[in-house]
Amino acid sequence: MTFDWQYIVDVLPHYKTALWLTLKLATIGIAFAIIVGMICSIIQYFKVKVLSQIVQVYLEVARNTPLLIQLFFLYYGLPKIGITLSGELCGIIGLTFLGGSYMAEAFRAGMEAVTKSQIETGKAIGLSNLQLMRYVIIPQAFSYSVPGFGANCIFLLKETSVFSGIAILELTNTTKNLMGIFYKTNEALLMLVVGYLIILLPLTLFLTWLERRVRHAEFGN
Amino acid sequence: MSGQIPILKVKGLTKKYGEKIVLNGIDLEVEKGKVIAILGPSGCGKSTFLRCLNGLEEVQGGDILLDNESLINKSTKWREVRQRIGMVFQSYDLFPNLTVMENILLSPLKVQKRNRSEVEAQALELLERVGLADRANDYPRQLSGGQKQRIAIVRALCINPEIMLFDEVTASLDPEMVREVLDVIAQLAEQGMTMLIVTHEMNFAKLVADEVIFMDKGNIHEQAPAEQFFTNPQTERAQQFLNILQF
Ligand SMILES: Nc1ncnc2c1ncn2[C@@H]1O[C@H](COP(=O)(O)OP(=O)(O)OP(=O)(O)O)[C@@H](O)[C@H]1O
Ligand SMILES: [Mg+2]
Repeated sequence: MTFDWQYIVDVLPHYKTALWLTLKLATIGIAFAIIVGMICSIIQYFKVKVLSQIVQVYLEVARNTPLLIQLFFLYYGLPKIGITLSGELCGIIGLTFLGGSYMAEAFRAGMEAVTKSQIETGKAIGLSNLQLMRYVIIPQAFSYSVPGFGANCIFLLKETSVFSGIAILELTNTTKNLMGIFYKTNEALLMLVVGYLIILLPLTLFLTWLERRVRHAEFGN
Repeated sequence: MSGQIPILKVKGLTKKYGEKIVLNGIDLEVEKGKVIAILGPSGCGKSTFLRCLNGLEEVQGGDILLDNESLINKSTKWREVRQRIGMVFQSYDLFPNLTVMENILLSPLKVQKRNRSEVEAQALELLERVGLADRANDYPRQLSGGQKQRIAIVRALCINPEIMLFDEVTASLDPEMVREVLDVIAQLAEQGMTMLIVTHEMNFAKLVADEVIFMDKGNIHEQAPAEQFFTNPQTERAQQFLNILQF
């Protein structure tokens, strides 16, 4: 296999732009997904009336439909009822919608791992439910959830490749376009892989570090 | 008994899990400054009884009066009651995400909204008393079981409760650490803290308790001054119980 290195240099700016876009959309989407996930899991944890049923439906729908279909709905479906959103916004909403349900699951598992005796101790010293949540349950649940969170972040980052389906020029779509125009398949795919690695390797290393740190820091009880 | 008004009165307290009766009409009066040891075989309802006293269990009948005010009604603010009735558990659950000092300050600062420097001073004094002043900034994982349990006691004391409930606080400790925890409780007894203590440490109960209640199958089977209970138990069940423990 030979590579046309000059070609790679020529298209580098395209990949740089695409990489930044991928990173930007993923970061925003994941951040919102974490917020949505936390809210949902707290609603589930306290079995809040009505809301917890709504959340349940959301979780089922979000986890049992492909992201591409969710994006199609946002990008092609919504305009039919007069709501037109930019591709990037659709991408962020889609990623939040899908990711929120995964994050909710990770965080719920974390909350359920907080022992009953921790909660009773909190009550016995007079904490309110909200204070229990803030000082006892959430910090501990967060530590328990870090591995799940990490896996979800990586999953969601890779899921951004589906954005190519709604004409967002992220890494995968950029590669597809360049291949279509120049037929330099090897070069384009090499750059695609390198692009994802540039994002995912540091992220994976960071998450491994975080996991170890959190595990070390807690639970000597 | 002396003419003192009891600080805590329990009348006909009944607790069921489904059909199963766990507490079958408990009556008890606790005078201020008294130390009561609660003894009895496993499963007789000792923990459940203590848990009812600070609202961790819902009760199905009877009444609990704290300073003559009933706690068994809808308007009871258990969060306020729990500041007056402290409880320490067998599992010494310090919050692993907080340092020793943060564990102790949490309730005084966030629940009682007291002044930080005042509470810190009190916390340090209490830590001093249990011999752990130098561990204030450690995390629980850095402490031994006995140290954690002493901190858990300090955390409860720093809320300034009027009554303390201890549920087998030495049961999960290595033998060499039991002593350091019991010493702290004995100290409290000397200072006049009102306490209900569930324990299997008979020597300790004999030493610090004014009164013993012996429970069996959800009832108070025998109630007597400590000295009398240990030297001359009146009921056969209590005699058996003490024999089994070779006491
Ligand atoms: N959540 C529960 N649901 C059903 N039964 C329970 C529950 N908690 C306790 N019990 C039962 O209530 C009874 C009293 O339990 P409790 O924990 O108060 O006993 P105990 O005297 O503290 O025993 P031990 O010395 O072993 O701690 C036991 O028979 C126990 O099985
Ligand atoms: Mg018990």
